[in-house]
Amino acid sequence: MEDTASRGKSGWFDATARQRVTGLLDPGSFTEFIGPSERVQSPHLKMFDLPSAFDDGVIIGRGKLKGKDVLIAAQEGQFMGGTFGEVSGAKMLGLVRAARDHKELPQTVLLLLDSGGVRLQEANAGELAVAELMRAIVQARCAGVAVIALVGGKSGAFGGAGLTAATCSRIVISEQGRIGVSGPEVIETNKGVEEFDAQDKALVWSTDGGKNRRLIGGADAFAEDSMDGFRAAAETVLAKVPSLDLKTMQAEQERLTSRQQRLGACDDAVSMWRILGIKDPAAVRDMDGKDLTALANGIKEANHDAR
Amino acid sequence: MMLDEILKGLFPLGHDVKTSAAGLITGTGKRKQGVPIAVIGVANGAALGTAGVLPLAEEVLKVVAKGGDTPILVIVDTQGQLMARRDEMIGLNEYLAHLAKCLLFASQLGHRTIGLEYGKAAAGAFLATALATDCLVGLPGAEPSVMDLPSMARVTKLPEEKLKELAKTTPVFAPGLDHMFQMGAVAEIWDLKKPLDEQLEQTLRNASSTDTRDELGAQRKGRLMTAVVAKRVIAEATGQR
Repeated sequence: MEDTASRGKSGWFDATARQRVTGLLDPGSFTEFIGPSERVQSPHLKMFDLPSAFDDGVIIGRGKLKGKDVLIAAQEGQFMGGTFGEVSGAKMLGLVRAARDHKELPQTVLLLLDSGGVRLQEANAGELAVAELMRAIVQARCAGVAVIALVGGKSGAFGGAGLTAATCSRIVISEQGRIGVSGPEVIETNKGVEEFDAQDKALVWSTDGGKNRRLIGGADAFAEDSMDGFRAAAETVLAKVPSLDLKTMQAEQERLTSRQQRLGACDDAVSMWRILGIKDPAAVRDMDGKDLTALANGIKEANHDAR
Repeated sequence: MMLDEILKGLFPLGHDVKTSAAGLITGTGKRKQGVPIAVIGVANGAALGTAGVLPLAEEVLKVVAKGGDTPILVIVDTQGQLMARRDEMIGLNEYLAHLAKCLLFASQLGHRTIGLEYGKAAAGAFLATALATDCLVGLPGAEPSVMDLPSMARVTKLPEEKLKELAKTTPVFAPGLDHMFQMGAVAEIWDLKKPLDEQLEQTLRNASSTDTRDELGAQRKGRLMTAVVAKRVIAEATGQR
């Protein structure tokens, strides 16, 4: 048996989905649904001569987070980029629908996103899976379920995963976490290097990365890149979860309108952070997690229930 | 079919639906008996960015705030989300998800939402608009695509010819209205020879906030596993299995 303290400090970014699930939840509390031994896998990948995975790259089940009962899903970013396929999407869909329809089940769902978006080899099924998942999340939230997105893996949360994250009640992100719709490479390929130089790492991180997302209010908590870091941040956001009602949606409309007006003309993240009232925005880049958290907690735009 | 003709066909009693220079559709149409239906959408194949989302979501929220059960029609011809670094920097994912949430929330409160795709629809903009409605209708000639075949050939490293061959045996990846119909994404394809207003009334009568796209995909044999797997998860979670 692995030592609990060292497990807690191990990194989230490099971990597999399975390691994240066991590292996030209370030791021994996880029960998996449709585990890999049942071999519920993609029927489509063999058509492309690609290997499939026994769990199609998504692990789902239930467990406890600091004693609280939760349902959990984790995408494996190292299998097909954590993409939404027919089966991997349906597993997440079933989990959220289960919480929506069964009050006796845990009314908290954790989505450990690590995904480039829709799996191209199953593009139509993947896109639909995201659409169905987003609808299920909204319905579950309207029924009082808290749905929390946790983002800190190598594939980030792009495309449909980026939209899924923003459909949730709360978003937790680490410095290495990235959220977006079109990734830097996709924008560079389609619009040219003048629009987005995907090789410029600093530019990429200041656009999609965890620090920017937290500071502008695109994520609600900043986690250290470790199992304990995500455990602590998840517990923090679960203390107060916004309900999805007209007031919340109107507040989000106002929040996003104000952001568009105030930050829409900025060409770089440092200019945005200055407008948000950060005195030394250039220092954000080298700031550690503790300081970043403290800084973000003092910014009005970064702390809201408008999601 | 052109947007003007579609609007004329949908609303013989009149409408005040306008399209902005940026391709944003907003307004109200008159249904039979003169009752209103709110109309939003994206025209001319425009890309949907942060600025485009806001007026559309605002219309949806106005309808919800007014109460009642006024339905919402979402007319779509969009190439996809705007690909721009600035939009990404200020959180395009939140903007697109916000529009989807507003539509899905309206549906929960009893406003029927109908998507009408008459041109293109792709990727994130598809998720934020047409795919966030209760019932998505395709007009003949519509071209829904998550990704076009040349791009897919590049990513999968398979020749386009091979992809075209594969697409004849499965609707799971290739673009096209028929494929999206088989998958259950597009609920209905309307008949352009029949009056559009009557087809709209019929569709409104059948629409509901219950998501049956997985069942529809299974019935049409285009998507066999989604409904089965989702049900199995629920059975395992509730100890029924």
